[in-house]
Amino acid sequence: MTDSAQDVGEQRQKKDVRDRWLLSAPALVLILAAGVGPLLIVVFYSFLAPGSYGDVKLEFSSEGWFNVLFTRDIFDETVSLADAHFLIFWRSVKLAFATTVLCLIFGFPTAYFIATRAPHNRSLWLFLITIPFWTNMLIRTFAIQEVIRSEGIVNSFLMSIGLISSPIQMMFTDFAIMLGMTYVYLPLMVLPLYASLEKLDFRLIEAGYDLYASRFGVLWRIVIPLVKPGIIAGSILVFVPALSAYVVPRVLGGGKNLMLGNLIELQFGQGRNWPLGAALSVTLVIIVLFAMLYYVRNASKSGGSAHG
Amino acid sequence: MAKSFSIKRQPGFATIAMLCFFLLYLPIATLVVYSFNSGTSIATWEGFSLRWFESAWNNQQVMEASWRSLRIAAVAAVIATACATLAAIATTRTAPYRGLTFKYSIINMPLLVPEIVTAVALLILFSRIKVWTGYSGLGYLIVAHAAFCIPFAYMPIRARLESMDLSLERAASDLYASSFQTFRYVTLPLLWPGILAGLMLAFVISLDDVVITEFVKSGGQDTLPTYMLGQLRRVVTPEMNAISTAFLVLSLAIVTVFFFLSRNPNKNNE
Amino acid sequence: MTETRTTGAHGGAIGMHGIKKWFGNFQAVNDVSLEIRSNEFFTLLGPSGCGKTTLLRMIAGFELPTEGQVLLDGTDISRLLPNQRPVNTVFQNYALFPHLTVAENIGFGLKMLGKPKSEIDSVVGDMLKLVHLDGRGNNPVTQLSGGQQQRVALARALAPRPKVLLLDEPLSALDLKLRKSMQVELKRLQTETGITFVFVTHDQEEALTMSDRIAVMSTGTVRQIGSPWDIYDRPSERFVADFIGETNFLEADVVSVSGDKARVRLSSGAEISATYPEGVTPQGKVTIVIRPEHARLGPPGSGVLEGAIHTIVYLGTDNHFHVTIDDGKTFTVRQQNANSAPCGFSVGERISVAINDDVAQILRD
Repeated sequence: MTDSAQDVGEQRQKKDVRDRWLLSAPALVLILAAGVGPLLIVVFYSFLAPGSYGDVKLEFSSEGWFNVLFTRDIFDETVSLADAHFLIFWRSVKLAFATTVLCLIFGFPTAYFIATRAPHNRSLWLFLITIPFWTNMLIRTFAIQEVIRSEGIVNSFLMSIGLISSPIQMMFTDFAIMLGMTYVYLPLMVLPLYASLEKLDFRLIEAGYDLYASRFGVLWRIVIPLVKPGIIAGSILVFVPALSAYVVPRVLGGGKNLMLGNLIELQFGQGRNWPLGAALSVTLVIIVLFAMLYYVRNASKSGGSAHG
Repeated sequence: MAKSFSIKRQPGFATIAMLCFFLLYLPIATLVVYSFNSGTSIATWEGFSLRWFESAWNNQQVMEASWRSLRIAAVAAVIATACATLAAIATTRTAPYRGLTFKYSIINMPLLVPEIVTAVALLILFSRIKVWTGYSGLGYLIVAHAAFCIPFAYMPIRARLESMDLSLERAASDLYASSFQTFRYVTLPLLWPGILAGLMLAFVISLDDVVITEFVKSGGQDTLPTYMLGQLRRVVTPEMNAISTAFLVLSLAIVTVFFFLSRNPNKNNE
Repeated sequence: MTETRTTGAHGGAIGMHGIKKWFGNFQAVNDVSLEIRSNEFFTLLGPSGCGKTTLLRMIAGFELPTEGQVLLDGTDISRLLPNQRPVNTVFQNYALFPHLTVAENIGFGLKMLGKPKSEIDSVVGDMLKLVHLDGRGNNPVTQLSGGQQQRVALARALAPRPKVLLLDEPLSALDLKLRKSMQVELKRLQTETGITFVFVTHDQEEALTMSDRIAVMSTGTVRQIGSPWDIYDRPSERFVADFIGETNFLEADVVSVSGDKARVRLSSGAEISATYPEGVTPQGKVTIVIRPEHARLGPPGSGVLEGAIHTIVYLGTDNHFHVTIDDGKTFTVRQQNANSAPCGFSVGERISVAINDDVAQILRD
């Protein structure tokens, strides 16, 4: 008799957890079926042999993974490093990194500017940052293309003031891709930076000035260390999609300046080498996972020192 | 007061911020302006005209793609929001239980996996299913869109739930409400702005998707973004600007409503 | 006073028998048994974390006891869900439904009980009058002041005519002046409605002002139950004496016991008479408590303790004298400023402390 109230409590708790599983089931099933689950198929496919007209043959082959790094000469079977792939890997990492740095250079002052506005004005400035973020990425890429193309407003302007006599070729270069990605992913840098800066206790800055720090000293020794989690979060949020970008390099790179995303697409399209495409996809996921892991470890570390 | 030493100021930051806002809006503004150009060039202004909007309106392919985009986005957003609402209720305001972290990671997974990889994975999966079942309708696109929209719909709903005081539901059950009555009369009305915000976010995200749609669609299933992607390879006319402008206005309207919905997570804090 | 209304027509007597509550490895309530009489204003008083709110939530049904039973008018309600118990709560933050009007908030319980609209309307009208919010029924609750919200919360909990009303620190969010007037208001409502009130607070003054009986709690156990006078003037334990008001603790030796009084010898050698709690036979070394206002200062040799004034704290209505007595301990004396003149003592002055008759109390331990 005295124990039954406790039993009832335990039953209720079990029922609560069961109900919570039932409620989350639709979302979990949908994501597992059409988001996460298929990734396992990709891993599986990366170990199969390519079919003659796309798709795969159901036999084990490490050729897909082999082809990520090496090429085999069709005639004499000699193995050499896949220079084209290395070039694309290198371009992807280089452009993603440059994009991240550019976003940080422009994004940090912008986030700082918003965070130091009067509280009732901040949401409006933030809104101005988020509008481009929610407008179609393709449209924004298209808009950038209109600006930098040979007959675009930049070249027209420069020619009209006589600075250049013939248009600068910006389209279909790595520069165009970098510019486009910076434009497209900038809000992803500003938002987490703003979230960190908004929580910054400005009395610490007062204390810094009180202790004879210069403006730069305060920025470098107080503000930046305190918002480091935001900087890391923003950098990851930009780096990851930039590394796996598909639309921007396709539109602004013009088919010859490929990035990883385009290389993967190629294997499922004209390349007809699904196992190689699958292996490249898995490689990309692994790189992203490492970036995430780095973020999680650093965010928890600096979070601890900032509040502890 | 105004001239006193401002501890918050950093030299040059305001200038960079203003430059940033200017550069963010310059391309979009140019694009919108030239959608009203009467000439065929997208670089030289020849006077105001609505001819490109008219031409887009009369372009069968554009209209079909737009209508398809809206249908997919509507259905996918409703599915995603329903799933996300239930999942948010299941994962908030509880003591940690076994599997909670698992649920979080699954729900957020679509945000972490590169879109191109998901697209490739779905291409492989769906091409198999298409062969097996013979069905090649819009269902694949809807399922794919609903799945990656769930984390977006989940975010505002979860935020809203977490800002909601659990004692309100306690008060309801103290006042003789059954658990269903509590949900019907207290939780749902208070959660409604969050659900609406989630719905809009999911709708916009689905409407914007290019990569996954490009890989999953069957022949003749172009959405507006994939149609535009195809067109961008060719010579571009201001018709593209007109389509983009219309699209922009729609997104902007939705985002503005979303902004106002999510601005006051707690009405009673005013 | 405590015996006046033990049998109400309304019922609402709570019995808690051998209640234990564990949260994981933490024991929040350790074997509590108490009887709350029908129609009384009963207060659970204690510092935060003493288990008082947990006890209240077990009556409401938000927590289930790990062991033990909760009875309402003799029926075991321990396992019922909150919505099955004829008990309502006034929450600490009021928990008013922000999407409903004042009237809809007050009528919520009756609506959930399936009462007809006409009955709900009439009860809501009565309730609005009872808490002086006539004509405010259609206001959104979000536009009310803190004090008004408090009243709506009260009306909402009273509207279904619960057998017991539970109040979880309902006054803590109000400012001092409002709190004072709400104390009077609560007492009035309890008398008018004849409903058993169980009130949780950490504020000793609130408890002393309103309660018929108080249970003082600490670390999950009830230390003493009694009328406000019992608790203040006859504390049975060091914790109770210390938690409520200011107190002097003195070491003493029992000389003799007669009836409910004992003669004890202080460190100075002087003997005074002291009462002792029920069920204790005082002997040997004991601790006695004396409230600062129960002692007086006088010229050396006039009292029972000799010493010198260490500090004088002027508090407007009265002065606190911290006296270093000759055994090295500190003793506080509080004297009212009856006259508009300086107190007449100075720091360092040698004085004697006299203790009023029948004020010393021997502690249990």
